[in-house]
Amino acid sequence: MDFSLNEDQALLKDSLERFIQGSYDFDARRAHLASDRGYSRETYAEFAELGWTAVPFSETDGGLDGGPIELMVMMEQFGRGLVIEPYLASIVLAGAALRHAADDAAKARWLPGLIDGSLTGALALQEPHSRFELASVRTRAEREEDGWRLTGHKAVVLNARDADLVIVPARTRGRDEDRDGITLFALPAGTPGVTTRAYPTVDGMQAAEVILEDVALPANALIGIEDAGLGVLEAVAREALLALSAEAVGIMAVLVEKTVDYSKNRKQFGLPIGAFQALQHRMVEMFMEHEQTRSLLYMAAMKLAAGTADAERALSALKYQVGRAGRRIGQEAVQLHGGMGVTHELDVAHYFKRLTMIDLAFGNADHHLSRFAA
Amino acid sequence: MDLNFSEADLAFREEVRGFLRDEYPADIREKMTRGVRLERDDFVRWQQTLHARGWAAPNWPVEYGGTGWSATQKYIFTTELALANTPTIMPFGLSMVGPVIYTYGNEEQKARFLPDILASRAWWCQGYSEPGAGSDLASLKTRAERDGDHYVINGTKTWTTLGQFADWIFLLARTSTDVSRKQEGISFLLADMRTPGISIRPIITIDGEHEVNEVHFENVRVPVDNLVGEEGRGWTYGKVLLQHERAGIAAVARSKFRLETLKRLAADAPAGGTPLMDDPVFRRKVAAVEIELLALEFTDLRTLAAVATGGAPGPESSILKIKGTEVQQAIDELYVEAAGCYAFVFTPELFTSLDIPDDSRIGPPWAADTAPHYFNGRKVSIYGGTNEIQKNIIAKAVLGL
Repeated sequence: MDFSLNEDQALLKDSLERFIQGSYDFDARRAHLASDRGYSRETYAEFAELGWTAVPFSETDGGLDGGPIELMVMMEQFGRGLVIEPYLASIVLAGAALRHAADDAAKARWLPGLIDGSLTGALALQEPHSRFELASVRTRAEREEDGWRLTGHKAVVLNARDADLVIVPARTRGRDEDRDGITLFALPAGTPGVTTRAYPTVDGMQAAEVILEDVALPANALIGIEDAGLGVLEAVAREALLALSAEAVGIMAVLVEKTVDYSKNRKQFGLPIGAFQALQHRMVEMFMEHEQTRSLLYMAAMKLAAGTADAERALSALKYQVGRAGRRIGQEAVQLHGGMGVTHELDVAHYFKRLTMIDLAFGNADHHLSRFAA
Repeated sequence: MDLNFSEADLAFREEVRGFLRDEYPADIREKMTRGVRLERDDFVRWQQTLHARGWAAPNWPVEYGGTGWSATQKYIFTTELALANTPTIMPFGLSMVGPVIYTYGNEEQKARFLPDILASRAWWCQGYSEPGAGSDLASLKTRAERDGDHYVINGTKTWTTLGQFADWIFLLARTSTDVSRKQEGISFLLADMRTPGISIRPIITIDGEHEVNEVHFENVRVPVDNLVGEEGRGWTYGKVLLQHERAGIAAVARSKFRLETLKRLAADAPAGGTPLMDDPVFRRKVAAVEIELLALEFTDLRTLAAVATGGAPGPESSILKIKGTEVQQAIDELYVEAAGCYAFVFTPELFTSLDIPDDSRIGPPWAADTAPHYFNGRKVSIYGGTNEIQKNIIAKAVLGL
């Protein structure tokens, strides 16, 4: 048993820590968030220069052969910095779908750009009715003489407006909720028949509704095996659950630190508010919730890395804990900051918002508790 | 013990319902239904509608324009207003400064200020909290120094809700530092917001809205006629005001309306192939909040009954702020959960006008406002005395600890 990082992983962590704590300034983030794009293309290019966008891909594909541990190390730091650049959408979601399913031609077309940061991607996982069910796909793809024709509505697709490539699961067979009959398609930006309605999200990301109306795609737009796309989506979702949970743990760590610091400095009734036992115990609870979540994060990362049969269950345990503990830590951080905690000026509010919304991504606490109990 | 309304109460309820049917302005009603932001004029128009019927200030004594209703009538009135989804009545004039003026003000002040408050001709705001004085309000530092017929005010007030709309501010300021307790030497003053030296800075809240402000006073000259009651006794008056603020703070009727609305929306919200409301886990969560709300409703009613029979509000009244805000926040969370992926959407600009059609919103028309509402709603356990301070009060005043 070993909880330490190997040399490469420790270097990766150092690299991220230096950048996030040194250069990823909160005011700059705020300015980028308010810009048209909603994030900084320059900053994202730096991520690529530092090699981070290459980490999860195999060496054959031009990557660095990183696995779940490396993903966890990076995403925790992105959480600490409240990073708004589309790493999750482009690398963890779209990149992973290509990594798991694409043939050599599709990889050759898309991966070099995703890895060098010149292209970004998106994965259209949700539909208006689907809630947390990956198999609930109503978008249809009809086979035509020389390709496919897609019609449907994809909901809240992260990075869809900016993406050079959106990967779209569509139903090629069966009924709306069937597990079989889902196929993945590569949809390049600018494809006729696609309407994108973009908007910012409450937690600082960029998303869009993607409406497909008789969208014609060539035969080679198909990614992976026809009708067998769900397995790919589930593999991507496992990595995304780990990534989001690591991001959440990074946020929790920051909120615990900032709340404890604030309670040492904010004076009321002639004392730092941290001197009041009622508040001390609540910060101890926050601290313990964060540590317990971190423990499940390490457990799940190691099981996913080892490919054990119970990795899926471990991830559900983790995501349940992330939702439950995140709610508590976020709400307490705001409450203990008093009025300041509900202002746009204070970074705590922004950490709270992102942590809250992570619960609703890829299944909330209840969803994963039910899966764990099943 | 008896839960039934009398014939007279039922008739009164019909009267209130008739009034709401006929007089609640249709455009404001539509804004409330569609979640469109209200403007200053909407609040004022609604309060003036109530005033025209003589119903603006049910809690005021009849001689100053109150309704003289029984506790049951007040309960019916509040409930019917909430069920009709009417705008919140701004508390600053009618619930806060008004009672202080009619209780402690002189005749001239009553004649000068109360009619405008009652008729919503003057918008008031509250100058209590300061950057360094939150839970420990009595440590406030804003000074009011006597100079002839004026006080000269210097200092900063914060969390001034809708101060950008205000014509007047009521504030606590220190008129003496030569005191043995910090609660002494504080005075209750009224200032015209147009007085030179008052400046206001917006504070943007977590949901991106401009709701609260910082108000700066730099050598602001306020006539001594604007002192309410005795100099140095402001803390006592301010506490009375906070007790009035507590009236209706549980917001039971509003929470009931929101919870019932949520059930209806969740019955239409898809979760895979079935409605979300059919999900047993979600149903149980809604039920748990509903039970807490039922308990709160009867705690609130016990308080009303105690006051109606001439008694003082019992210890149960201290529970109202804490449990009332906890229930509001729990309902906020259920809305976010029900909105699912569409809770992520941040499009406040689509909630600013009736002219923007609902179908231009992303997802179900109600969904995109749920997360900002939840985030902003974290304030309710902070303002009006944090829930921690409320617990201190219960521990000390009720449990004798």
